[in-house]
Amino acid sequence: MNAPEPSLEHLGTVELRIPSRPEWVAVARLAVAAIGNRLPFSVEEIEDLKLAIAEACTICIQQAGGIQTIDIVCDVASAHLRVDVRDGRYRTLAEGGAKRPSMMAVETEGLGIFLIQALMDNLEYNVDPHYGAQLVMTKRVGA
Amino acid sequence: MDIKVHVRESDEDAYVVELGGEIDVYTSPKVKDAITELIDQGHYNLVINLEKVRYIDSTGLGVLIGGLKRVREHGGTVNLVCTNPQIKKIFDITGLVKIFGIFDDEAGAKKALA
Repeated sequence: MNAPEPSLEHLGTVELRIPSRPEWVAVARLAVAAIGNRLPFSVEEIEDLKLAIAEACTICIQQAGGIQTIDIVCDVASAHLRVDVRDGRYRTLAEGGAKRPSMMAVETEGLGIFLIQALMDNLEYNVDPHYGAQLVMTKRVGA
Repeated sequence: MDIKVHVRESDEDAYVVELGGEIDVYTSPKVKDAITELIDQGHYNLVINLEKVRYIDSTGLGVLIGGLKRVREHGGTVNLVCTNPQIKKIFDITGLVKIFGIFDDEAGAKKALA
C-alpha cells in the first residue's frame, strides 16, 4: 500500500464506520461524495467516486460472512483523494498479526472490481473469503 | 434512498418496467423481483425504462443481465431506455452497450422488439 506522497499537502483524514448491510451503502456513497466536493473534482468525477466506493462496500458485504462493520478511511490531499475500504474482519486479522496474501495476490472476478478500476486512477485490493476484503483506491485531481 | 418500480403492458405485446430512483445493493432485489415475476408469467419481451434512474451499480447491472439471459432462453429480449450520461457511461465501460439495445425513448425501444 502506498504511503501519501510527501510533496502533497495533506488536508485531512475522515474515518467512517458503517454497518455491513446493504441499506448503509448509500451513506458511505454520499459521505465520500461530500468529501470529494472539498477537492476540485468535476460532477462526473464525483459520480465516479460514489460508484467506486459503493462497489467497494458491496464487495465487503458480499465477503463479510457476518462481519458487522465496514471501515472507510479517506485521506484527503491537495492533489488526490485516497479511500481505504475494508471489512471488520480484515482489520481484526491484521491486528492479530495473521498472515494474509499480498495485495493483488488473489484473483477476484466481478463487475465491481472492474468498475472501480475503470473509474478510479489506482486500485489495490485483497478480496478473499478467508481473510476478508480491503480495497484501496485513489482518484487524482485533474487526471 | 428509494426505488420505484412500475410495470405496465404496452401495445406492442411487450411489458414495460419503469424504474425510478437508485438501483444499488439494497434496492436491486426489488427490481429483480419485478423482472422475475414478469418472466415467470411468460413475458419475454421487456422494455426497462431507466429514464428516472439516478444511479445504478454492479448489482443493478447484474439484475438486468440476469433478466436478459432468462428471456433470451425463450427467444425474447430486453431493451433499455436511457439518456442519463452517467448511466450510459457505466454501460459503455462494462461493454453492456453491445449486449443490450439501448434507446433514447420508449417508442424506439418497443419498436425494436418487434
